[in-house]
Amino acid sequence: MSRRILPGFGLSLGFTTAYLGVLVLLPIAALLAAAAGAGWDDFLRATTGNRALLAYALSFGASALAALAAVALGFPIAWALARYQFPGRRLMDALIDLPFALPTAVAGLALTALYTKDGWFGSALEPLGVKVAFTRLGVFVALTFIALPFVVRTLQPVIEELDGEAEEASASLGASRLTTLRRVVLPTLRPALVTAFAMAFARGVGEYGSIVFISGNLPNRTEIAPLLIVTKLEQYDYAGAASIGALMLALSFIFLLAINLLQRRAKS
Amino acid sequence: MSGPATSLAARTSRSHTAPKLAASDPPWLRRAVLGVAVFAVLAFLVAPLAVLFAEALRKGLLAYFASFTDPAAWHAITLTLTVAAIVVPLNAVFGVAAAWCVTRFRFTGRSLLLTLLDLPFAVSPVVAGLLYVLLFGAHGWFADFLDEHDIQIVFALPGIVLATTFVTLPFVARELIPLMEQQGDDEEYAALTLGASGWQMFRHVTLPNIKWGLFHGIVLCNARAMGEFGAVSVVSGHIRNQTNTLPLHIEILYNEYNFAAAFAIASLLALLAIVSLLAKTYIEWRAERNAA
Repeated sequence: MSRRILPGFGLSLGFTTAYLGVLVLLPIAALLAAAAGAGWDDFLRATTGNRALLAYALSFGASALAALAAVALGFPIAWALARYQFPGRRLMDALIDLPFALPTAVAGLALTALYTKDGWFGSALEPLGVKVAFTRLGVFVALTFIALPFVVRTLQPVIEELDGEAEEASASLGASRLTTLRRVVLPTLRPALVTAFAMAFARGVGEYGSIVFISGNLPNRTEIAPLLIVTKLEQYDYAGAASIGALMLALSFIFLLAINLLQRRAKS
Repeated sequence: MSGPATSLAARTSRSHTAPKLAASDPPWLRRAVLGVAVFAVLAFLVAPLAVLFAEALRKGLLAYFASFTDPAAWHAITLTLTVAAIVVPLNAVFGVAAAWCVTRFRFTGRSLLLTLLDLPFAVSPVVAGLLYVLLFGAHGWFADFLDEHDIQIVFALPGIVLATTFVTLPFVARELIPLMEQQGDDEEYAALTLGASGWQMFRHVTLPNIKWGLFHGIVLCNARAMGEFGAVSVVSGHIRNQTNTLPLHIEILYNEYNFAAAFAIASLLALLAIVSLLAKTYIEWRAERNAA
């Protein structure tokens, strides 16, 4: 494979390494040094206090539920886009990426406007006793919005590549369409579904901009993990911020490796 | 790769078997699936977009445009454009260089490099901002040096640029890597064999081949660069008329209960998102037509 006759190896590798070194490695080293400098006791105090634990619980819980909701909603979207012809299909396809293109703060503002008690959705939901804005449910809604394109864009190409022959064979052997979907299609899609869930979950744990408007940021109630860092920084508690930051960075790294593993397994 | 399959390579290499297989789902199932899909898109994607413009225009066009005459708004617009004008070219050049060495050569440390490349997508934007506050802030490694030379990085333009560069770092590279992998290096070898210099090969073979993927990545990178909130929020210090980008300005207006202005600025960024989606869709359509 290494026919090193093509030019530019040294130049491109040198530039890439230097760029990543300065922008990614050096700052990460500074974060780890700051967290280590805090000492073990302070690290534990910052990362395992009651308020912090409640914030992790919310971030993990809401991200997991939102990723599930996004799979439940995104699977039909991906299926319809990949398999059906219907008017507005291209428009729907283009709209799916909106959460990637729309700034998170703008999304947060829009969702808040929709779900406050005078909003289009809030005015219908609050008489039913469902409060979304400034509650944990709001965090869930914002995370579902963020998670949706991750699920659709992970499933869509896999559904498009599905081998129609297996489905036809199943049908010609007398299986109903539902049986075919359950016994033939779903098992093939399972790795992609797991990957989609994992990506949506990992993104949700770190999400900030779309949540801070709709959650109300009440300590111990609607405070998410990334907000802990912002709060520590506002109090000039750099060691505390670095401790939580290092913990979240380690988690991101684990998620990243897990997702890479899932994708590699899905391919083979 | 921790990002979803939104790259041009993933979006255009699909086989279009849709109509033939559609017949196999019974009509009731088709209706149910489409029903859920349409509901989800309307409730989660169309409604938020629509409410932005409805709220922004609630007090009429005059009030809407008045929101943009505020000098602080103009400053935020200028700052946002400046940041994007620095960050996007940097990450585009980096993306081309990274994709070139990763797809055309095999070397030790290659998979480590690929992991580092993905890290900014996996890290919380708040952690991204924190990284630079700790590195260049008052207690950072370079605090004394920066102080001595009177260089301000955190709570100033350089900090915003660094944080934005970090969060948008993978966009172009992640776009080009699958594309160049898929294209292979045969044409580049052919160019060299025919006597082209390295630069000629790059200009006349590589660049035209990756053109649409590069545009695709730049559009996504730019949308994120202009809209980044969390990372910039941490490094900027929220100084009005100095370090307030458009997304931060929205937050300030919102916290001051100046909702009309907040939604007006938000609608401007929503418009940018729509333009980005249109550009992205156009690029996908062009690339698909070129491939056909």
